[in-house]
Amino acid sequence: MSAYVLRQLQVLVSSLGEFARTPWATILTVGVIGITLALPTLLYILVTNAEQVTSGWHGNAQISLFLNSDTDTERTGAVVARIRDHDKVDQARVITAEQALLEFKQLSGFGRALDMLPDNPLPTSIVVIPHKDAVTPAELQKLVDELTKLPGIDAAQLDMEWVQRFRVILSLASRTIVVLSVLLALAVTFIISNTIRLAVLGRREEIEIIKLIGGTDRFIRRPFLYSGTLQGLLGAIAAVILIVLIVQLLNGPVTVLAKLYDSGFRLIGLTAPEMLGVCAIGGGLGWLASRWSVGRHLAEIQPT
Amino acid sequence: MIHFSQVTKRYANGYEALKRVSFTIERGEMAFLTGHSGAGKSTLLKLITLIERSTRGQIIVNNKNLAKLRRSRIPHLRREIGVVFQDHKLLDDRTVFDNVALPLVVAGLGHQDTSRRVRAALDKVGLLGKEKLYPITLSGGEQQRVGIARAVANRPSLLLADEPTGNLDAELSNEIIGLFQHFNQHGVTVLVATHERRHIHRLNKRVLELKNGELIHGGDPQR
Ligand SMILES: Nc1ncnc2c1ncn2[C@@H]1O[C@H](COP(=O)(O)OP(=O)(O)OP(=O)(O)O)[C@@H](O)[C@H]1O
Ligand SMILES: [Mg+2]
Repeated sequence: MSAYVLRQLQVLVSSLGEFARTPWATILTVGVIGITLALPTLLYILVTNAEQVTSGWHGNAQISLFLNSDTDTERTGAVVARIRDHDKVDQARVITAEQALLEFKQLSGFGRALDMLPDNPLPTSIVVIPHKDAVTPAELQKLVDELTKLPGIDAAQLDMEWVQRFRVILSLASRTIVVLSVLLALAVTFIISNTIRLAVLGRREEIEIIKLIGGTDRFIRRPFLYSGTLQGLLGAIAAVILIVLIVQLLNGPVTVLAKLYDSGFRLIGLTAPEMLGVCAIGGGLGWLASRWSVGRHLAEIQPT
Repeated sequence: MIHFSQVTKRYANGYEALKRVSFTIERGEMAFLTGHSGAGKSTLLKLITLIERSTRGQIIVNNKNLAKLRRSRIPHLRREIGVVFQDHKLLDDRTVFDNVALPLVVAGLGHQDTSRRVRAALDKVGLLGKEKLYPITLSGGEQQRVGIARAVANRPSLLLADEPTGNLDAELSNEIIGLFQHFNQHGVTVLVATHERRHIHRLNKRVLELKNGELIHGGDPQR
């Protein structure tokens, strides 16, 4: 067993030695793999961060109910009471047409122009804050539908709508990342299997001789598997370093931007398990690619 | 040790290199395989190590029926047979030591055992001082002896040699045949393919002679 481990270590060291002997080829390969792996990982980080930001906005969902213009104060009171009774509603507040107009005048700066209107064009409305546990878009939509059916309600507006749209875009982005990741993983596989193919063909004579003197396929494969796995692993490490640098670079401007919005938000980079995950994926792809490539070409090389 | 029974080898292009060849070589025997160029000597040796597969007939090597040997067992068969190739087949980017060590490394032998056996093998062929050199810096005869050291390093029970004295002068070639005799005296079964009749007459050993793929001398009687 210890002889076996020793042999594995020897192969590992000789693979590293091989890289050191051809530094440029190694740097190029590792660099290409690094960039290829960094791309989907970076997109993943952006989406996770965006999800992080929007998840904080859920609680602020707000529903505006607009009343029919012929609804009088008494009936308004009755409706508000019924809304407050709804178990998904936290608060409900009436904004009378007059209050709305006043607010609009102040905010818009159209004060004079609005004075010239014969009567108030704004309806009375009820601002509903949903309960904290009604947070998913589906639940909110159900609440809106129920409230719209109440007597005297003309229309409803969910102020979550743009957040919801944004979340749809995010889930679309997530799916794009999955597709992109698969494609780029294929690219990494092709890159590594090609370098391994060249290595195998370059050592054709050696492989023939090893076969002649009783080397098993497993023995012949071993150095190539190490080489491929190491390339993938080194590429993944390069990708992780690249991403750490990029996140650091972006965090300055992002923090400034967040401060402008009174937020303490910071970009979340890769967590340690995620870094390990990237390395595992890189190494795994390297192993698969070299296994596939060696297997294809080993059978072709037969001693004569 | 080696048993051929009605063995025919037809190459992919339809050429019959061996025709119904039958012979037996006992354990511990030494024999020469001779015949004109193209007679099928190399083909016969390739069948023994399964570099080529026979088309018809039965071959038994070291109690293994080669027709029934699974592909994955071929390396193990080859480890039991030391082969000296006409063109040496040494690795030019490895030292003499590493070349001779290769069959031992392949067989998974430990570091110390490997080192010991490589030195013993190099000692037998008289190259102990040259283990750190690269094969290209050696003479043809020395390279041939490195090949022999590699063939015997793993202490095979069967030693095959294909024209081991191919382009060596008489003295060197006697020396090399002497080496095979030495291994044979230590219990190794030896089969040497050569067209140098000189050795054959000199040594008075068993001779198998091929002519156009047919065994015309030294074979088993036809049934
Ligand atoms: N792979 C092959 N495909 C087709 N024909 C082959 C192949 N290998 C050998 N032959 C033919 O088989 C015949 C026997 O070849 P082989 O190499 O066994 O001869 P040999 O006795 O070793 O000759 P030499 O003394 O020249 O080495 C030759 O005619 C050769 O052309
Ligand atoms: Mg020949």
